[in-house]
Amino acid sequence: MAKYVTDGTVELNGGVSVHSFAAAVGKMEGDGPLGDCFDYIAKGAELGEKTWEKAESKLQQYAFDIALSKGHLIKDDISFIFAGDLLNQCTGSAYGLRELNIPFIGLYGACSTMAESLAMASLFADGKIGEFCAAVTSSHFCSAERQFRFPINYGGVRTPTAQWTATASGCCIVGCAEQPPFVRKITIGKIVDMGVKDANNMGSAMAGAAYDSITRHLRNTGKAVTDFDAIYTGDLGQVGSDILHELFARDKVNIENIHKDCGLMLYDMEKQDVHAGGSGCGCSASVLCGHILPRIKSGELHNVLFAATGALMSTTIVQQGESIPGISHVIELSDKCI
Amino acid sequence: MNISKQEYEQVAKKHAGSSKMYITIPKAFLIGGFICCIGEFFMNLYQYIGNDNEKSAAFTSITLVLISALLTGFGLYERIAKHGGAGTLVPITGFANAVVSPALEFKTEGYVLGTGAKMFVIAGPVIVYGIAAAFVYGIIYWIMGLFS
Repeated sequence: MAKYVTDGTVELNGGVSVHSFAAAVGKMEGDGPLGDCFDYIAKGAELGEKTWEKAESKLQQYAFDIALSKGHLIKDDISFIFAGDLLNQCTGSAYGLRELNIPFIGLYGACSTMAESLAMASLFADGKIGEFCAAVTSSHFCSAERQFRFPINYGGVRTPTAQWTATASGCCIVGCAEQPPFVRKITIGKIVDMGVKDANNMGSAMAGAAYDSITRHLRNTGKAVTDFDAIYTGDLGQVGSDILHELFARDKVNIENIHKDCGLMLYDMEKQDVHAGGSGCGCSASVLCGHILPRIKSGELHNVLFAATGALMSTTIVQQGESIPGISHVIELSDKCI
Repeated sequence: MNISKQEYEQVAKKHAGSSKMYITIPKAFLIGGFICCIGEFFMNLYQYIGNDNEKSAAFTSITLVLISALLTGFGLYERIAKHGGAGTLVPITGFANAVVSPALEFKTEGYVLGTGAKMFVIAGPVIVYGIAAAFVYGIIYWIMGLFS
């Protein structure tokens, strides 16, 4: 059984592994620097569907189906599925997975949902509640734009701090196995509100949460930044990453060489016009499933922290003048079981 | 947290880049100016073929709105607007884009609750406050007329 350490940190028993994983992305993400890592790259934003919402659901289906076939599993092998996305009432997941007939637990952690769903799936697997559990998330640039910002064809200018919602989906199938990557420890994020009110500056809103969760994880597990090959944050983008570095620098800890941000990795920051970087549930999900997990599996990376970050806001609340709370869940991944 | 909200605001402000105004303002001026030149061209054309000033002005607006609506439909207006900024927002073409883009975007929710209801979601406030400002201006103009 998993052991509760303190202050939101849980240590797993050992042997909880991401059995198989897959990333499905849009064309722009496929054209980015990680293009070769992904299992499926869509030719167009529509994915052959009539609405953006259906396109997002389809992307999530693809990620799940590919993860299943890569793990040589059938859908009846999955005991529970944890899924979430950015659309109102998590409909990207509900409609994408409705044909599966698998017990479904919908989650909302904004862009941190990949870490949240992976944490829940790992805890279920650790407790031997079911054989395999799936963690799935997705986001789609067009469905997010029309919900949170403006119509696609509207000629509004984005601010330099704005981030680009990734058209991407990731799926992890977690179970007890002897093959890496292993999920070792989990630190559940707290809601951290730094008072940022600008909905076009999510990096700033989330950097405080990332700092809080990562430092808490290190403190609770007695580890230092240097014990890890890399610390990946969800999607702080350029602005949030710079703030995170400064927050650690105040503690006299330099994380600049170890820290990587999924939002800065997914796109070519020079050539692709994404302003401060990528965002959306699918951003960290696709980088995790396409880039990070394969490297742990191959032994290239040994110990890694994956800290997906989310901004827990809605357009209504922000328009009412409220500040934007952030959250970040930390997953410690390793190529060793214990 | 090792930082107060006030200090965090300062740190966040320091790292948030601002627009490069030495590039964006000249670009807005040139692209906005170019749209006005196109307007002038049509104005002269309509006058040349025998319309009076008032009619030519109306025809010019209609033509610019039509061009903007077509460019929006083909997904080209937002590409120009990305560089044009206020230069594409302020002329009547920007207004047309603000009406046509939600009309197209929300077509998936039906012609009544989608296109019909959402068409003025961006341009609506401009119309509301435009009319309100005109009303206030009218009252002031009327009061001034009483004393002259």
